[in-house]
Amino acid sequence: MRSPLGCWAGWIARWKGYKMHPAPSLILFTVLSGLGFGLLVWLGLGLRAPTGLGAIILFGLGYGLAGAGLIAAAFHLGHPERALLAFTQWRSSWLSREAVLALAALVVMAPHAASSAFAATPLPVLGWLGAVLALATILATAMIYAQIRAVPRWHHWSTPPVFLLAALAGGAALAAQITLALWLMVALGVAMLAHWLAGDRRFATAGSTAGTATGLGALGRVRLLEPPHSGRNYLLREMVHEVGRKHAQKLRLIALGAGAVLPALLLALSGGYLAVALALLAHLGGMLAQRWLFFAEAEHVVGLYYGKR
Amino acid sequence: MTSLPPPSARKLGLVIDLDTCVGCHACVISCKGWNTENYGAPLSDMDAYGASPEGTFLNRVHTFEVARDSAPPMVVHFPKSCLHCDNAPCVTVCPTGASYKRAEDGIVLVNESACIGCGLCAWACPYGAREMDSAAKVMKKCTLCVDRIYNDTLPEEDRTPACVRTCPAGARHFGDLGDPDSDVSQLVAARGGFDLMPEQGTAPVNKYLPPRGRDTLEIPDLASLCAPAPQAAPNAQPTGLLGWLDRALERL
Repeated sequence: MRSPLGCWAGWIARWKGYKMHPAPSLILFTVLSGLGFGLLVWLGLGLRAPTGLGAIILFGLGYGLAGAGLIAAAFHLGHPERALLAFTQWRSSWLSREAVLALAALVVMAPHAASSAFAATPLPVLGWLGAVLALATILATAMIYAQIRAVPRWHHWSTPPVFLLAALAGGAALAAQITLALWLMVALGVAMLAHWLAGDRRFATAGSTAGTATGLGALGRVRLLEPPHSGRNYLLREMVHEVGRKHAQKLRLIALGAGAVLPALLLALSGGYLAVALALLAHLGGMLAQRWLFFAEAEHVVGLYYGKR
Repeated sequence: MTSLPPPSARKLGLVIDLDTCVGCHACVISCKGWNTENYGAPLSDMDAYGASPEGTFLNRVHTFEVARDSAPPMVVHFPKSCLHCDNAPCVTVCPTGASYKRAEDGIVLVNESACIGCGLCAWACPYGAREMDSAAKVMKKCTLCVDRIYNDTLPEEDRTPACVRTCPAGARHFGDLGDPDSDVSQLVAARGGFDLMPEQGTAPVNKYLPPRGRDTLEIPDLASLCAPAPQAAPNAQPTGLLGWLDRALERL
C-alpha cells in the first residue's frame, strides 16, 4: 500500500501532466490547509476542549490537514529545496508572511495540543495565541491573491471573507460545533455570492483594455492581429484559462449548493454525526469547485496582449 | 530584500518606437541568443522539433491592428519586455528575496539561485514580462543586458542591450530615463511617449512612442470593410481527467 503522501504525489503529478490551470496543488492547498487552520482556530479558542483520545484525533486532524496543505504547496514549487528562503521576506511578501504565520501557529499551538491530549490540561493562553496566528495564516493566504492587482477579480475586499469563512465554517463542522457551523455556512454562502457578483464587474471597473495595454486606444479600436508565436507559452498556460470557464454558472451552483446551502440545511435538520459527516463531505466538494472557479475565472490582464481574457 | 528601494535618480530603460518597428523579431532572436549563452540559466525550448514547440523568451513581438473610423486600419508591431517599473509589483510579492530592484540604476533582476519557482511574481506582473523556464524551473526576465551595458571587455558600441544593438529599424533606444536631458528622455518628450497600462499603478520606466499619422482615405465606412471575417471558434476537446470533468458537467 502506498503512503498517503505517495498517493498525493502521484495524483498531483497526473493532474500536472494535463498542463492546465487552475493548478490542482494550489486548489488542494488552499482548501485543505484552510480547513485545518480553521479547525485549529476553534480548538485553540477552546470552543471545543477535547482531552485524551478526542484531543489526539481532533488536533491530529487539524495538524494533518494544515501540514498536508503545506506539502501540497511545496509540490507547486520549481525548487522545493530552497523553500526555507520563503521565511525571510515577511516585510513585503504575503506569501512569506503566510509561511511564517503557518509555522508560528503550528509551533505555538503544539504545547496546548500535547497538554490537552496527554495531561488533560488545555493551556488557554497558548491556545488563544495559536488561534490568532491560525486565523492570520488564513488571512495571509487570501491576501496572496487579493493583493494581485493584475487580476481585478481577486483584487477586491470580497476575496478574504470567502477564504476566512470557508476555513472557519469547515473547521467548525469538523469540530462538530453545530450551531456555529450552521451560521458560518450561511455567511459563507453570502460571501461567495458577493465575491461573484462584485467579481463579474471588476475587470471593467479596473479599466484595463487592449487600448491601455498597448497605449494605442486613443487612435482607434485595438485588436490582436498576430500573436508573437503560434504555440503556447508559460503565460497562456498559467494565466489565460478560457476553457475552464465554460461551465462557470454550473460550478457556481455546485459551489454554493454543496459548499454552503446543503451543509447548512443538514446541520439545521440534525446534529447527529451522520448529518455532520455528510455536511462536511458536501462542503469539501463545494469548496473544491469554488477554488477551481477562483483560478479558472481569474482573468489576468496579460490576456489583453493575446486577444484573450 | 524584496522591499522596493527609494526611487533611484538613475532609471535605465528602453524607449520603443511603435512608428518605426517593422516587426522583424530580430530583437527577440538576439535577446534569446545573448541570454542563453551568457548570464544565468539558458532560455530553454520544449518540444522544439515536435508538434507543439514552446520556449522561454524575455522579449516578444505582438502585432496589433488599430481600426479607425475614417482611415484605413493601422498595423502596429509591438515589442514587449520587462518595463523595469519604479513600483514593481513583481518584486514585493517575492517570498525569498530572489526578485529585486537595484537601487543604483533601477534594473529589476532575479537572483536565480534564490528563486523557488513559485511563479507569484509572474502573476503580479500585468505585462507578462516574466516567464518561468520549464527546464531550469526558475523565473526568467529581461536583465536590460546588465552583463553588456557595464561590460568593459566589449567595444563601446556594444555596451547596449542586445535587442537595441540589433534592431535594424532603429526602433529601440536605451538610456537613462531619470535624466531629463538624456537622449531618450528628450525623445519621449518630443514624441509624446507613454506608459503601458498606467491604471495598474506600476510606474514603468520603459516608454513607448506612438505611431505617427498615416494615410487617410475618403471612403465611407472603411472600418467595417476592413473588419475581420467571423471565424469558427477552435473546437478543442479536452481529454483525460479534464475531458471527463467537462463531459460530466455538460450532462448536468
